[in-house]
Amino acid sequence: MSSDNEDTTSSSESEQSDSGRDTLEFIEKLSDVPMGKLPTHVDFQRTRVDCRADAPVHTDTFQYSGAYASMGVDNSLLDNFSNNFRVEVIRLEKDEMEFDMIGIDPAIANAFRRILIAEVPTMAIEKVLIANNTSVIQDEVLSHRLGLIPIKADPRLFAFTENDTANETNTIVFGLKVSCEKQAKRKGPKREGQEQEGQTRITVKSKDLVWLPNGSKFTLDSEGSNSSSKSKTYTSFSCSQDSLPEFSSNPIGPTDGDITIARLGPGQEIELEAHAVKGIGKTHAKWSPVAPAWYRMLPEVILLKDIEDQMAEKLVATCPVKVFDIEDIGNGKKRATVARPRKCTLCRECIREGKGWEDSLSLRRVKDHFIFTIESTGVLPPEVLFTEAVKILLDKCDRAINDLC
Amino acid sequence: MELGSFSDPSQSTFSLIDEDHTFANAIRFTLNQDPRTKFCGYSIPHPSDNRVNIRIQTTGDPAKDVFKDACQNLMVMCQHVNRTFDKAVVDFKMSKSVDGMDIESNS
Ligand code: SF4
Repeated sequence: MSSDNEDTTSSSESEQSDSGRDTLEFIEKLSDVPMGKLPTHVDFQRTRVDCRADAPVHTDTFQYSGAYASMGVDNSLLDNFSNNFRVEVIRLEKDEMEFDMIGIDPAIANAFRRILIAEVPTMAIEKVLIANNTSVIQDEVLSHRLGLIPIKADPRLFAFTENDTANETNTIVFGLKVSCEKQAKRKGPKREGQEQEGQTRITVKSKDLVWLPNGSKFTLDSEGSNSSSKSKTYTSFSCSQDSLPEFSSNPIGPTDGDITIARLGPGQEIELEAHAVKGIGKTHAKWSPVAPAWYRMLPEVILLKDIEDQMAEKLVATCPVKVFDIEDIGNGKKRATVARPRKCTLCRECIREGKGWEDSLSLRRVKDHFIFTIESTGVLPPEVLFTEAVKILLDKCDRAINDLC
Repeated sequence: MELGSFSDPSQSTFSLIDEDHTFANAIRFTLNQDPRTKFCGYSIPHPSDNRVNIRIQTTGDPAKDVFKDACQNLMVMCQHVNRTFDKAVVDFKMSKSVDGMDIESNS
């Protein structure tokens, strides 16, 4: 490929002198920059990551407000943040959304991402009281599986558990009681839990979890012989949860009824109670409301030179995600164009083969443009999750200020 | 908790419990954006400690005030993000429902 670009390869022996001369030429060509404006190459370093074949350069952000003071440029984004910041929603579905966040520093964008993953609270099963488990799956493995089931209950309506007291404001109780009959009725109509008629094994699904709005039904052993009218259970609910207006119309349950919990063979059974409490993903990933949340910087693909005919076709064929297209420019000539830069994954396949390609193509990332994707587990809609995350960052600031006073 | 000297309030270290990179990195950004900051940085002394130390040296103002202002600035930014985001979501839903109506009326 290097033959494409003779003047850089033929006249120099070492990389060093080559790049040295390039730089000098580059500086000589620069036009005068008026005070109060950044020269284009400095501005480029500030706003773009340049992805070269070997490694990306200018990857850091320039946060210091006085970074360009000598050029009369104020680098504090804060003042014009409110004018420049934009959000554009690309996709919004029940459990997933994609949006562009433009004009924000990675430090802040990353804070939102980290909070979404680790600090937005949800409800998840934390305690499992097993009365009977004769299935092949061990108690602890079963409990772990139960913990990972997302629970559709608005965590904002619940409180964190304090000193281990379970009541209607901080605990959701589910009961699970399934058993697989002995082979007596191998034939006959399809039974609950069977995938096919006449099957002897059954699959326990998350829909078998029954919400117990009155709390635990298991009585505490020590109180068993007590003559009090109502024996104590593992929870102390003062009222039934389904009498509360928030839940009466919107019963609590797993987000998806089709999650396999266990398989039961003939004669096996599971009887247990699962207590879900409020928690955050930092403690355990089961409380994470997203699966997951991530962002990437907007890719920018620029053709520095015209790429024509055979080379154009080669380029189009190289890119695995079809970033490039070919356009006709008359006289039977073809030219490559960048049709879908957003799709670029920056795999750098297109500039891998020699310096010629690297000189005619420039792959960049825009440093302050984030393509943010939130995939919710179904606990809350993704847009609500993001607002919650922002609120949590606000709370953190509030706490820090109050701590100092 | 603030750790500094009485004689020179313009430089101190703030030790925050129960915080991590999430908050420290964000606040370092807003601190850096404040022209009164001469130096700022943070460190997490030990990964099993849930504590982060934020060091601030200013050009003269008390570090505490600059830190508080940085928190305030971050809050202003968050509020703005929230407002912009909510508006974008509402706009998107509106445009979607308009599109949906178009499809229905066409069919
Ligand atoms: S870096 Fe990869 S995805 Fe991007 S344009 Fe080149 S070949 Fe295509």
